[in-house]
Amino acid sequence: MPNHEWKLVARKTEIPVLGARVVSGAHAGPIAIFRTLDDAIFAVLDHCPHKGGPLSQGIVHGQSVTCPMHAWTIGLEDGCAQAPDQGCARSFNVKCVDDDIYLQQAQLVES
Amino acid sequence: MKKMKLVLIGNGMAGVRTLEELLKIAPDLYDITVFGAEPYPNYNRILLSPVLSGEQNVEQIILNDLEWYAKNGIKLHLNKTVVKIDRTAREVHAADGTIESYDRLLLATGSLPFILPVPGNDLPGVIAYRDIRDTNEMIAAAEHHTHAVVIGGGLLGLEAANGLRVRGMQVTVVHLASWLMDRQLDLIAANLLQKSLEARGIDFRLGTHTEALLPNADGSRVGTIRFKDGQKIPADLVVMAAGIRPNTTLAEAARIHCSRGIIVNDTMQTFDPLVYAVGECVNHRGSVYGLVAPLFEQAKVCANHLAEFGIARYSGSVTSTKLKVTGIDLFSAGNFMGGEGCEEITLSDPLAGVYKKLVVKDDKLVGACIYGDTADGTWYFKLLREEKNIASIRDVLIFGESNIGDVGHEGHNKAAAMLDSDEVCGCNGVNKGAITRAIQGQGLFTLEDVRKCTKASASCGSCTGLVEQILMNCLGTSYSETPKKKAICACTDASHEDIRIAIRENKYLTQAAVRAGLNWRTPSGCASCRPALNYYLISTWPHEAQDDPQSRFINERAHANIQKDGTYSVIPRMWGGLTNVSELRRIADVAEKYNVPTVKVTGGQRIDLLGIKKEDLPAVWQDLGMPSGHAYGKSIRTVKTCVGAEHCRFGTQLSMNMGVELEHMLFGMYAPHKVKLAVSGCPRNCAEAGIKDVGVIGVDSGWEIYIAGNGGIKTEVAEFLCKLKTDDEVKEYSGAFIQLYREEGWYLERTVHYVQRVGMDYVKQRVLVDHAGRHALYERLLYALKDAPDPWKDFERAGVDLKQFEAITLATT
Repeated sequence: MPNHEWKLVARKTEIPVLGARVVSGAHAGPIAIFRTLDDAIFAVLDHCPHKGGPLSQGIVHGQSVTCPMHAWTIGLEDGCAQAPDQGCARSFNVKCVDDDIYLQQAQLVES
Repeated sequence: MKKMKLVLIGNGMAGVRTLEELLKIAPDLYDITVFGAEPYPNYNRILLSPVLSGEQNVEQIILNDLEWYAKNGIKLHLNKTVVKIDRTAREVHAADGTIESYDRLLLATGSLPFILPVPGNDLPGVIAYRDIRDTNEMIAAAEHHTHAVVIGGGLLGLEAANGLRVRGMQVTVVHLASWLMDRQLDLIAANLLQKSLEARGIDFRLGTHTEALLPNADGSRVGTIRFKDGQKIPADLVVMAAGIRPNTTLAEAARIHCSRGIIVNDTMQTFDPLVYAVGECVNHRGSVYGLVAPLFEQAKVCANHLAEFGIARYSGSVTSTKLKVTGIDLFSAGNFMGGEGCEEITLSDPLAGVYKKLVVKDDKLVGACIYGDTADGTWYFKLLREEKNIASIRDVLIFGESNIGDVGHEGHNKAAAMLDSDEVCGCNGVNKGAITRAIQGQGLFTLEDVRKCTKASASCGSCTGLVEQILMNCLGTSYSETPKKKAICACTDASHEDIRIAIRENKYLTQAAVRAGLNWRTPSGCASCRPALNYYLISTWPHEAQDDPQSRFINERAHANIQKDGTYSVIPRMWGGLTNVSELRRIADVAEKYNVPTVKVTGGQRIDLLGIKKEDLPAVWQDLGMPSGHAYGKSIRTVKTCVGAEHCRFGTQLSMNMGVELEHMLFGMYAPHKVKLAVSGCPRNCAEAGIKDVGVIGVDSGWEIYIAGNGGIKTEVAEFLCKLKTDDEVKEYSGAFIQLYREEGWYLERTVHYVQRVGMDYVKQRVLVDHAGRHALYERLLYALKDAPDPWKDFERAGVDLKQFEAITLATT
């Protein structure tokens, strides 16, 4: 079953610290890959739950990103907006091996 | 580790607010137990008046429901009155025998109503006005009885009288002093107030002593009130609202030092170091506060010390008052009666029902008393609290200067006159009713709360003044933090000013150094402080501090302006608004090649290409072959010009040439906010220089320089700075002013707000009077901008991360 496989999508060194890159072409939609100050990697759908702003273009701080459109702050771990705003962007499982970043094939095809 | 035990006596607003503040900063430090004598969870005592008048019900004014206590692991003893504190055993005893031990004790026992010592004061039907039970009793009385007497013509008494009148009772207010609200109003304002309350059918007996309360015929409840002069009037309900006193019974019994309140120091600690106290029961530096704003400030300080942070101090509050009676508008603050050394400015229009009195001392506003038109109340209060020098605006002070933008709220500037359906916030489409409901329904107290919950005033901020007015109308007082030093964001306690000084004095060159030096609570800051720190570093130490693109908003990172669909707009620079055939041809070619959906002429005399994909940006820049217009940055934007003497028959100076030179001088300049200039060739001023950060207007004998204008949310006309002869002087003087703003402005502060903050006199001193200083400012500007890279061309020197423009595409999924 290939769907349980992990798919190599990007390299850590391609993503700036406290920044993001977008992976496009997945059935699930554009996926923002974030890198935090302590080098943790997170993957969230690049679509703010508020009005669909591209989260990948926001400012990354702590384990959150602030959307460039209307400054909603979204948690990178679960994709959910900080109170009192409500709503969640879909978040994706991530596996890192050395410099390589993997996403789950099954999640990529699910829309 | 075993948690310490914190016991709170008093389940009211001050005590529970302290717990909220404590849970925010030290959620796991204590096992918390709360005693409340009433059967309700913490509710909003301020809103008892609307409950009495039927505008709200009890459920709506609950601030923290039982679930909140459970969720935070707080043990809640409702309906249990604490009767004893045993400080030796560190125990608290309740009337029903409940005993709780403590490591820290917090007293928030509030206040007790003053009950007149007259015969009959214990008859049924004689009540105070303090809590939900009193309110319910008044509502019940209004259903079965006719005559109500309120003793006390203060804030609380009048709100009670109004509520009872609305519920259909015949109401008489008995007041000892010779005018109403004598603690908050002067005679003239009080007379206006009395007239409008009389028009609602409330009777008044001023300067009147109550002698006795007499029972009714069958002796079941109060029936008559008798005054010292022998007169009697019927009274089926008597509400004692003649004042309150701090409830110190428990503390005194426990031998904690009290004197007109529980004595506390600036950390809210009593004479027993394990015991803290907040709220109306407290005497701090000789003052007892009964309004919500000071109590919340106390709560914050107390929580800081309970959390063992030990850095906050409470230094007292200035308070203001607003009567919460729908349709009556009055406001007072500070020393409104004046006195020695004070001067009064008054405006009185009895026919229109407007009265304003401002009390000024040593060029500062020290008191205000306003009736009928309180739209400027919040502004006056701000001037008063911040002890602003008002000498330069003294002649117009009385007319107010509502701090409200000109656009976006249908021209309204008086919240009280607005309908619930009127739009307050034009950015986020929030009407007055929604804000009022949120304040009352969700227990909001601050502008920040309202912004978070309703989004009103959270975008452009033009309606902030209106929202503050609505808060004040709902709560009767405006709650804002002591503003002298406001923290830049929640990551730190440092203000903009603290940060700028620290960066300069310690020569910090990195954000990490600033955060370490100023005790940031977050390792990587937040979306508010990071862009500010980045700007402060590169503007203070040009060519030394490293720019951090990841701390810039996306527009300054991608060097284009993000649009709502995630595409970008590209605006190439046209120096002074001038272009030529070759540039226009290249723009046309780019528009065609990249299928640009919208091509638009901007307000800054250039051309905007909208709808460009991020991946295409570098290629678009290359094909255009023009410099970046920086139309996306907190930076120099444009220098708008008219054609001037070169062509125009009225022109007196070469305005195009001047504009081009200024724009070249400022190329690549980042600033606290965007900076726009304009140069006109004659006083007809076709370049609209009167609403620019720097406006230059040519006259026959030279140039006039105007500064700090703004054509945005609130139109601000630029102020005349000076008149100059030569082009070089124009560059030096305007450059020096801009550099002053770059060095001292707070991030996101426009020149108009900067100049309002520091004063025009100060700017003139630095730029006009101090010749050496001006020259040094100008030199520092030129040094900072030396070899400024074009971010559309010189990617490496401008620190542009080109990887961001490459899409990562999955092969197949």
